[in-house]
Amino acid sequence: MGAEQKLGNMGVVTARLEDVINWGRTGAMWPMLFGLACCAIEMMASQTATHDSSRFGMELMRASPRQSDLMIVAGRVSRKMAPVLRRLYDQMPEPKWVLAMGDCASCSGVFNNYALVQGVDEVVPVDVYVAGCPPRPEALMNGFLTLHDKIRKEKIGKWS
Amino acid sequence: MFTEIIKGLGTTIKHMFEEPITIQYPEERKPVAKRFKGRHELKRYDNGLEKCIGCALCAAACPADAIFVQASENTDEQRFSPGERHASVYEINMLRCIFCGYCEDACPTQAIVLEHDYELAFFDRQSAIYTKKELLVPVPDGGKPTPQQVAPGSFNWSIPPMQDAE
Repeated sequence: MGAEQKLGNMGVVTARLEDVINWGRTGAMWPMLFGLACCAIEMMASQTATHDSSRFGMELMRASPRQSDLMIVAGRVSRKMAPVLRRLYDQMPEPKWVLAMGDCASCSGVFNNYALVQGVDEVVPVDVYVAGCPPRPEALMNGFLTLHDKIRKEKIGKWS
Repeated sequence: MFTEIIKGLGTTIKHMFEEPITIQYPEERKPVAKRFKGRHELKRYDNGLEKCIGCALCAAACPADAIFVQASENTDEQRFSPGERHASVYEINMLRCIFCGYCEDACPTQAIVLEHDYELAFFDRQSAIYTKKELLVPVPDGGKPTPQQVAPGSFNWSIPPMQDAE
């Protein structure tokens, strides 16, 4: 990756700071326990032994936004829930990501009515949308991997 | 008390020698059910003509208004599908679609089929709108890509007497 290619085996590994930090961020990303509707069942299923999302560093769901890096909006967001969602997002420490899981969180899907927020990107910035109603646990994990791809490409100047 | 601890640890030790049940997802995948409803595909006949005739019944049946169809006329010089019309624009918003399969039921030519692909993750909502480019299946062996030039009067009917592979 760096100097060891020119100088041979020095017993050290060099890498760009960007790569190392992004690797760390992808390797330990704890999601927030924030299930809103039926997608939460599939989100729970992705934590079970069969699917085991701790293989992706998502060791456990944190019930506190202060301890979480990723907000999985799993389910439809009602207008009453939207301020709560925003508040929880604001309480999460940087760096933080949002994954809109399922149709309802992404664009309210089949529910085109007054009671629901038509996509959580009205309220919080969304990084990855996962389609499905609800998505399979594998589809959610594919969303995690897509998010990891995005994080690996993040540049040092864009860090907040 | 110690017998209970040993009994409990016996369960733990027993599980240590079991096969792990975790499916290592990106490398190995659990096969989906045969009738699983995933991402749509627009099918073709064996000669390469598209099955979709642009009738927009799928768009009418869709409970989420996820489908948009715009039909255009077929000519014998520029033939996309049998019959009078074809879908010149066919778009499905994957983030609106709830994969209920009503479009599949409504389709008179069995053009739209919900297949087994479920890996749908997007960075923005615009890229979730799948057009004909993504939805249409590749031309089968022995078929020609559309638009085809055909002999006049050879495809007068929307559902021609062509045998499908299935």
